[in-house]
Amino acid sequence: MALEPGSPGPQSVEARPSAWGGLSAILDTPQKRGITIVVILAAMVIAPQAFGPYATVILTNALLYTILALGLNVVVGYAGLLDLGYAAFFAVGAYSVGILTTGFGWNFWATIPVAVIVAMIAGVIIGGPTLRLRSDYLAIVTLGFGEIVRIAARNLQITGAASGISGIEQPWLFGWHIARQVDFYYVFLVLAVIAILVSVRLANSRLGRAWLYVRHDEDAAEAMGIDRVRVKLAAYIIGAIYGSIGGAFFAVNLTAISPQSFSFQQSTLFLMAVVLGGMGKIPGVILGAFVVVLGPELLRDLGSFRYLVFAVGLLLIMLFRPSGIWPSGGKR
Amino acid sequence: MALLELNGVSLGFAGNTVLQDVDFAVGERAIASLIGPNGAGKTSLFNCITGFYKPQRGSITFGGAQMLSLKPWQVTRAGIARTFQNVRLFRQMSVLENVMSGQHCRTNAGAIGAIFRVPAQRREEEHIHEVAGACLRFVGIDADEWGRDATTLAYGHQRRVEIARALATEPKLLLLDEPAAGLTRGEKAELVTLISRIRDERGVAVLLIEHDTSLVMSISERVSVLDHGVMIAEGAPKEIQANPRVIEAYLGSEDAEAALAL
Amino acid sequence: MTLTTILAQQLVNGLVLGSFYALVALGYTMVFGVVKLLNFAHGDLYMVGAFTGLLALSAVAGTAGTSWVGVGLSILLAMIAVGFLGVVIERIAYAPMLRAPRLSILITALAVSLVLQNGVLTISNGQVLAFSPKLGFAGLNLGPVFINYKQIALAGTAAVLMIALELFITRTQYGRAMRAVSVDRDMSELMGIDVNRVIAVTFFVGSALAGAAGTMAGAYYGSVWYFMGFIIGLKAFTAAVIGGIGSIPGAMLGGLVLGLLESFGTQIPGIGSEWKDVFSFSVLILVLVFKPTGLLGKSEQERM
Repeated sequence: MALEPGSPGPQSVEARPSAWGGLSAILDTPQKRGITIVVILAAMVIAPQAFGPYATVILTNALLYTILALGLNVVVGYAGLLDLGYAAFFAVGAYSVGILTTGFGWNFWATIPVAVIVAMIAGVIIGGPTLRLRSDYLAIVTLGFGEIVRIAARNLQITGAASGISGIEQPWLFGWHIARQVDFYYVFLVLAVIAILVSVRLANSRLGRAWLYVRHDEDAAEAMGIDRVRVKLAAYIIGAIYGSIGGAFFAVNLTAISPQSFSFQQSTLFLMAVVLGGMGKIPGVILGAFVVVLGPELLRDLGSFRYLVFAVGLLLIMLFRPSGIWPSGGKR
Repeated sequence: MALLELNGVSLGFAGNTVLQDVDFAVGERAIASLIGPNGAGKTSLFNCITGFYKPQRGSITFGGAQMLSLKPWQVTRAGIARTFQNVRLFRQMSVLENVMSGQHCRTNAGAIGAIFRVPAQRREEEHIHEVAGACLRFVGIDADEWGRDATTLAYGHQRRVEIARALATEPKLLLLDEPAAGLTRGEKAELVTLISRIRDERGVAVLLIEHDTSLVMSISERVSVLDHGVMIAEGAPKEIQANPRVIEAYLGSEDAEAALAL
Repeated sequence: MTLTTILAQQLVNGLVLGSFYALVALGYTMVFGVVKLLNFAHGDLYMVGAFTGLLALSAVAGTAGTSWVGVGLSILLAMIAVGFLGVVIERIAYAPMLRAPRLSILITALAVSLVLQNGVLTISNGQVLAFSPKLGFAGLNLGPVFINYKQIALAGTAAVLMIALELFITRTQYGRAMRAVSVDRDMSELMGIDVNRVIAVTFFVGSALAGAAGTMAGAYYGSVWYFMGFIIGLKAFTAAVIGGIGSIPGAMLGGLVLGLLESFGTQIPGIGSEWKDVFSFSVLILVLVFKPTGLLGKSEQERM
């Protein structure tokens, strides 16, 4: 199809509203955006020195949540599948590493591909029968699967039953023993950056658009020739991969895992991270992850009351600002 | 052989017969219309053709191939595209993105290609953008509207975007479900021109469901009339206008306006 | 013990368990019928019912004692309290969301559930509280089985409530209006039915039933805990799906079926009590995949 001379090519029209949302007014040039990213990255790199060891642990956790929230964002935020059992993929990654390293003496790096493959299989097993269901049913069924995984982990010998697996060896990378907390901080930082890049690329792709079409109007999407089951399954599997990689590194970071880390409460925390910040918007999800991890820390003094604060916060967000905390870009 | 052929198609829901033994055909590069009083089963017939409903009996072939066992997305891939009675553009997505959805079934970059931005994927993305842009220009939507949220457009423009979206699937047959509903006189005239161009410039056959009888009569080469699930008449517009059974069907229903237009 | 004794005992257990499931499932299905929403917070209403019942019992202990009368009164009070809570939740959290995308209202329901759970967690400090009515352990022998009076009372009360519900649905104006709204909401509005009122009443009744079930469970099992609504919510959903979501007889049937399945299921070698939840969820998944309309549900044809 030849373009008429003088008319703007389609590429010059931004098909998607900017990922920066409401901040795109302030950050309106690629230079400004680039500088913002560099500044943030620099801050993250010097954070351990600047804020001390305790903060490093918290920030590592925030980075872990960022990875997992981005994965769940693909499932919920893009494809619109309300998965209430996302911790199951987290568990799959963690236990794969735990079992293979402590039970069979594998090298950690060799277990990663296995963790990923097992997660993909889990995604197909869970997703296959359930993706055709209505969203309400899907939510509860995924919750059921999450519980099944947790109960299985708690009762099977190979997963260490209720006490879990401990003594997981921390990995070596080209002579660098990744063992101190600050080492893991940088590993998670790299992983988080990769996770963000992958998410951005997916969002602006044929598959990313397909997720949105299916999410906004399944039947119309189907009428446009999109196989919704296949598209949903892709979201599920990709989300599973994020989850299991997060779980794998989580396992070696803590050197011990137990079923408590993979409960429904965990799944809801991941979901909160995605929703609070702004479902479907990458900066929003990152913000949500940090809020979900840093929030309880700042509200430490409130004890168990802080979870109530969070729950009420979630409810208020849904009622008054369902698009999330991140300022949303105006529609052009 | 006709492009689209329905033979003996019967459809029923929970005891109601919606379509009864319908024989129907659309030729290649034809412009045909399906009319009938409200509730006659016209949209249901569309839904059978596009694979959303499965008829209990009968056969549907397209370009000689069996269509009954296909899922809706496979039907679109085979070359049949549609628009909807209530415009169903994807909300919170731009006009261009909406039209780009049509190209999904004609391309195949997956997650790996997207993540690693392989050259083939980048070329494909450019192609998708180009085709979408071309379809939008074809239906007369200016580039300055392409970035807007599709649902913020004027109603008439939204209808055209929906047509552009269907055209982006590179169909051989385009089904338009009441495309003139809610349009002004001027917009209806533009629609007539557009439909002719779709057939003349792109070689796409067009099948319309429409209530505006004068529009139907002015553009169709062939008109089929459905009443209570039964095909009661088929032929050139003039024949249909003179057909007593057709007139009776409309008078008997509440579609008196349409009856008078005949 | 002989096989017959074991099976007979499990039959009794199953019916008792099933009554709980049925009562909670009824609320799920009724609400689903009128607003087409699975109220995720429903299980937590059961939990609130249990706590309210406990409070009520200590409140009436002075006048009515803590035996059958006291417990009966507690159930009644809990039903009323939880019923109102259900209406409040509907008005505040769900009514504004009915035109929003599906995902939003589901997450809102989740948020409500979390608020209830964490609210009670905070108030009770996460402790398991004892609920000890003086109901004794007496019972009767029916053939090889021993059925204690608590079980009879429970099943009996559940049956009475279900019959009352059935009468309400079929004989009263509200009941008929409820059925109309669940079939076609817009048409009902055109026919002059005050849909918002009907929805409020539905939430009241459904929540009250869950509250009753919660109080009874508290009294029967002797303890209440902020997290007790979680599993029951899932099980009740399973029961509603087995029976056919949207169908009231279906919820009753589904509840009993699930209760029996679980009781007999725990007797299968290999499936001890730890795995019984996995067993129930597997049943749920199998039903949804192979017969999503359940035993008594109607097939839904997609309308374009």
